[in-house]
Amino acid sequence: MNLQDERPIFVQIAEYIEDGILSGAFPEDTQIPSTTEISVWYKINPATALKGINLLVDENIVYKKRGLGMFVSTGAAESIRRKRKKDFFDNYIDKVVTEAKKLGLTQEELAAMIERGYDR
Amino acid sequence: MKGIEVRSLDKNYGDVRALRNVSLTFEENKIYGLLGRNGAGKTTLLNTITGRVFPDSGDVLVDGEVALENDKAQQKIFMMSEKNFYPEGMKVKDAIKWTREFYPGFDEEYCRNLAEKFGLNTKKKIKSLSTGYGSIFKLILTLSANAPYLFFDEPVLGLDANHRDMFYRALLEKYSDKPFTAVISTHLIEEVAGVIEEVVIIKRGEIIRNQSVEELLETGCTVSGTAVAVDSAIQGKTVLGEDSLGGLKTAYLAGEIDSSTLPAGIEIGKMDLQKLFIHLTNE
Repeated sequence: MNLQDERPIFVQIAEYIEDGILSGAFPEDTQIPSTTEISVWYKINPATALKGINLLVDENIVYKKRGLGMFVSTGAAESIRRKRKKDFFDNYIDKVVTEAKKLGLTQEELAAMIERGYDR
Repeated sequence: MKGIEVRSLDKNYGDVRALRNVSLTFEENKIYGLLGRNGAGKTTLLNTITGRVFPDSGDVLVDGEVALENDKAQQKIFMMSEKNFYPEGMKVKDAIKWTREFYPGFDEEYCRNLAEKFGLNTKKKIKSLSTGYGSIFKLILTLSANAPYLFFDEPVLGLDANHRDMFYRALLEKYSDKPFTAVISTHLIEEVAGVIEEVVIIKRGEIIRNQSVEELLETGCTVSGTAVAVDSAIQGKTVLGEDSLGGLKTAYLAGEIDSSTLPAGIEIGKMDLQKLFIHLTNE
């Protein structure tokens, strides 16, 4: 958890769980860490941890099994990928282009760099 | 009504107005940060609520009952204070025994486990403990008391990074297990920023902020860029403070700024709790 990060902590918590789902650390239909576990691990208020999890509940990425805890929904990884692709332009491309312009890089130079990145 | 209600507390020490018309509520089952500079009145406020200091005027209610000189109400609060009130020569284990007498919900097993985890030798005399272990001893008693209201006055004073980490985790574990109201008075703001839900800022005896951390952080922002551009952008805004470095400037604003009308090259940032605190309490 990075308190210096400008995004609210609960958004970062949601993203951390999403990353776990994408990487396969939390496979579909398995349980994610509890509010308490997240709270103690990251040293954050349980209300904040819960808020992060609820963000994922609203997007149907995790669901509640009564008396057991929160589980990863079927198709969660796919829907996270879809969502993140949609946000990719705003979150990354926009920033890259702004910085490239600041440095006076041409469109061609930037494209060449991206190609180089793929070749690594 | 559940919770601790503080109504128009005033306290003067000679010419010093330690508390000025302080009114606030510590709600049930929430974790509060009580922040203020040295001498701002944090300890006086906590001492007044717990009846160690008599206010000149005002009331304190615990769960709707007047708390001053009311043992039943006071038993609901456990205060870990910076000062030591234990008799000379008393051993740690005797203090544990006495705490159990006054706080019927005291969890002895939890206390023993926590002491072991922190490496606190309970056979030692309280007086012989180092500053760090003095704090550890008191915070262990506080967490074990199982009172609905726990006050931590400088809980991590003298604690190394590992022990501070252990304390925050133990607090959150206990809180998740069985919620209580915690009021943490500390100077290590960055460390508690994520742990607390509500924040109370006291300045020269007056409460200047009392809201959720989330709300408070939304009330401030930073504006950075060239000094000329920043100066024009912040015109007419409430500026809490400014930092300059050569031709660059960062201004700290109370309130938000409309980013769509800003000149190019200006960056808007968020303030963290510590920055906001510094600018709100600077003299």
